Amino acid sequence: MYTQTEVIKDTTASGSEGELVINMGPQHPATHGVLHLVITLNGETIKKIEPHLGYIHRSIEKMTESLTYRQFTYVTSRMDYLSAHINNLACAMTVEKAMQIEVPERAQVIRVLMNELTRIASHELWIGAMAMDLGAFTPFFYAFREREMITEIMEDSCGARLTMNYMVPGGVMYDIHPDFQKKVKAFVQQFKDKVTEYEDLVTNNVIFQSRTKGVGYLSKEDAISYGCSGPVARASGVSCDIRKIYPYEVYGKVEFDEVLDTAGDSFARYLVRVKEMNQSIRIIEQLIDNIPEGDFQAKTKAVLKPPKGEFYTRVETARGELGVYLVSEGGTTPYRIKYRSPGFSNLSALDHMARGSKIGDLMATMGTLDLVIPDIDR
Amino acid sequence: MTNEELKEQILALEPSVTFDETGEWLNVQVEPAQWKELARGLRNSAMHFDYLFCLTCIDWKTHMTMVYHLSSTSHRHNIVVKAKVDRNQPEIETVCDIWRTAEFHEREVFELFGVVFLNHPDLRRLILTDDFEGFPLRKDFEDPINMIKL
Repeated sequence: MYTQTEVIKDTTASGSEGELVINMGPQHPATHGVLHLVITLNGETIKKIEPHLGYIHRSIEKMTESLTYRQFTYVTSRMDYLSAHINNLACAMTVEKAMQIEVPERAQVIRVLMNELTRIASHELWIGAMAMDLGAFTPFFYAFREREMITEIMEDSCGARLTMNYMVPGGVMYDIHPDFQKKVKAFVQQFKDKVTEYEDLVTNNVIFQSRTKGVGYLSKEDAISYGCSGPVARASGVSCDIRKIYPYEVYGKVEFDEVLDTAGDSFARYLVRVKEMNQSIRIIEQLIDNIPEGDFQAKTKAVLKPPKGEFYTRVETARGELGVYLVSEGGTTPYRIKYRSPGFSNLSALDHMARGSKIGDLMATMGTLDLVIPDIDR
Repeated sequence: MTNEELKEQILALEPSVTFDETGEWLNVQVEPAQWKELARGLRNSAMHFDYLFCLTCIDWKTHMTMVYHLSSTSHRHNIVVKAKVDRNQPEIETVCDIWRTAEFHEREVFELFGVVFLNHPDLRRLILTDDFEGFPLRKDFEDPINMIKL
C-alpha cells in the first residue's frame, strides 16, 4: 500500500517575511457555513487563499453505496440545501435514464415549476445575505419576505420547507396542493411588484456598486478552465445554462433567455442572478395555467434495479451545473455515485480571483460566488 | 462533431486507444502513460475539449479506473476518457496545467482513493484530517463506528 506521508507538505504553516497568514473561518459570519480559508496577506493585499474543506463532509458518496435507488435521492437534499428540489431531480432523472422510465407530462411540469421556485428562493436568500455581508441590512428583510411565500408553497405541497424530498424516480411524491396555483400566482404578482425595490436598494446603490464593480474579475478563459458554471461562469460570458444546452423535462418547450454578461466582476454576477430571477418568473408564468391533467407519478416497481452500465445526468441548480455520475452493476444499490457539485469547482477559482486584491474586497468576491458549504463538502 | 469524426481525430493523436460506444457518450480507454499527451491534444486540437466537468475514480477491487468527463464549450460534444491504474501503486500524470479545475478534483481523488498525481503542484489533503487512515471511497475501507452495513 502506498503511504502518502511523503507527499504531504504543509506550506501554510509559516509565511515568508513581511507576510501574514490568517485564518478565516471555519466559523465566520460571511462564509455562511463552515468554510476555512487560510489567507496569506502582505499588508492588506491577498497573496494566496487556500481553502480547507471537510468540516461538514458527510461522505454522501460513500453513504449512497449502501442505499437503495429509492433512498439515495433523499440524502442529496442535504448537499445544496437551497437547491434541494434540483438535487433530488438530478438523482431521479439518473435512475429514470438508466431504467428508461417515462415520466408523465404532469409530473414534468410540476418538477419544472418547483425547480424555478427553488431557484428564485435560493437567489432571494443569496441577495439578502450578500447585501448584508457588504453592509446593507434592509435587503435581507425584503428578500426574505418573498422567500417566505415560496417556502409556504413548498410546505403545502411537499410537507417540508427546506429539505423537501419531493422528486422521486418516476415523478413527484404527491400531487400538488389544491391552493398551489393560486398561491404561486399571488407570489408572482408580489415579486413583480417588489423587484423594483431591489433595484432601488441594491443595484442603483452607489456604495454597493463601488464595492462590487471591478472586484473579483474572472475572465472567460479562466472560468472555463476552472470548471465554473452557473451564474459565475455566465457573468464571464460563458454560455453554460444546462436548461438551454441540454434541455431536460419541459425546458425545451418554454421560452426563456439565458442571461449572459461579459464584465466578469462581482457586479456582473449580481446582475446575472437578478435577471435570472426574472427569467424564472417568466417560465413559471408560462406553465402555471398549463399544468396537464394526469398522473403525477409513473408506475414503477417497488425495487428499482437499473441495468449494468454508466449513466451521467446534469441539471442546472441555482449555483450551476450539478452532475450525477452513476455506475451500476445491476444490483439494488449503486456501485459508485459521483456528485459533480457546482460549488466545488466555483470555489477552486476563488484563489485566482482574489489574488492581488484587498482583503476587504474578499467579501464581495466570495459573496457573489454564492458558496453553499455542504454542497462543496458533500 | 460526430463520434466517428472524434474517433478519427483521437486515433490520429494517440493510436493505442480503444473505444467503447455502448454508453451515452464516446468512451476512450487510454494507458496512464499516454494520458498526458492525449489530454494536451484533446485540449489544443480542433476538437477543443476545454471544459473538464467531472473527474473521478472508480475502485473495481482488482484495479482502479480514473474517469475524465470532457466537453467542448464551442462544439458542445462530450467524451469520457478512462485510464486503468494499478490498485497497489496508483499513479497517473496530473492534468491541472491543462484544465485548472483538475487541481481540486485531483486532490479529492488523492485523499479519498489514494491515487497519486505525478507533478501535481500542491498534492495535499483537502477534506480529511491529517491523521485519518485509509482511503474511504475504496471498496475495502472499513470503519466499525461510522459505517452502517445493510
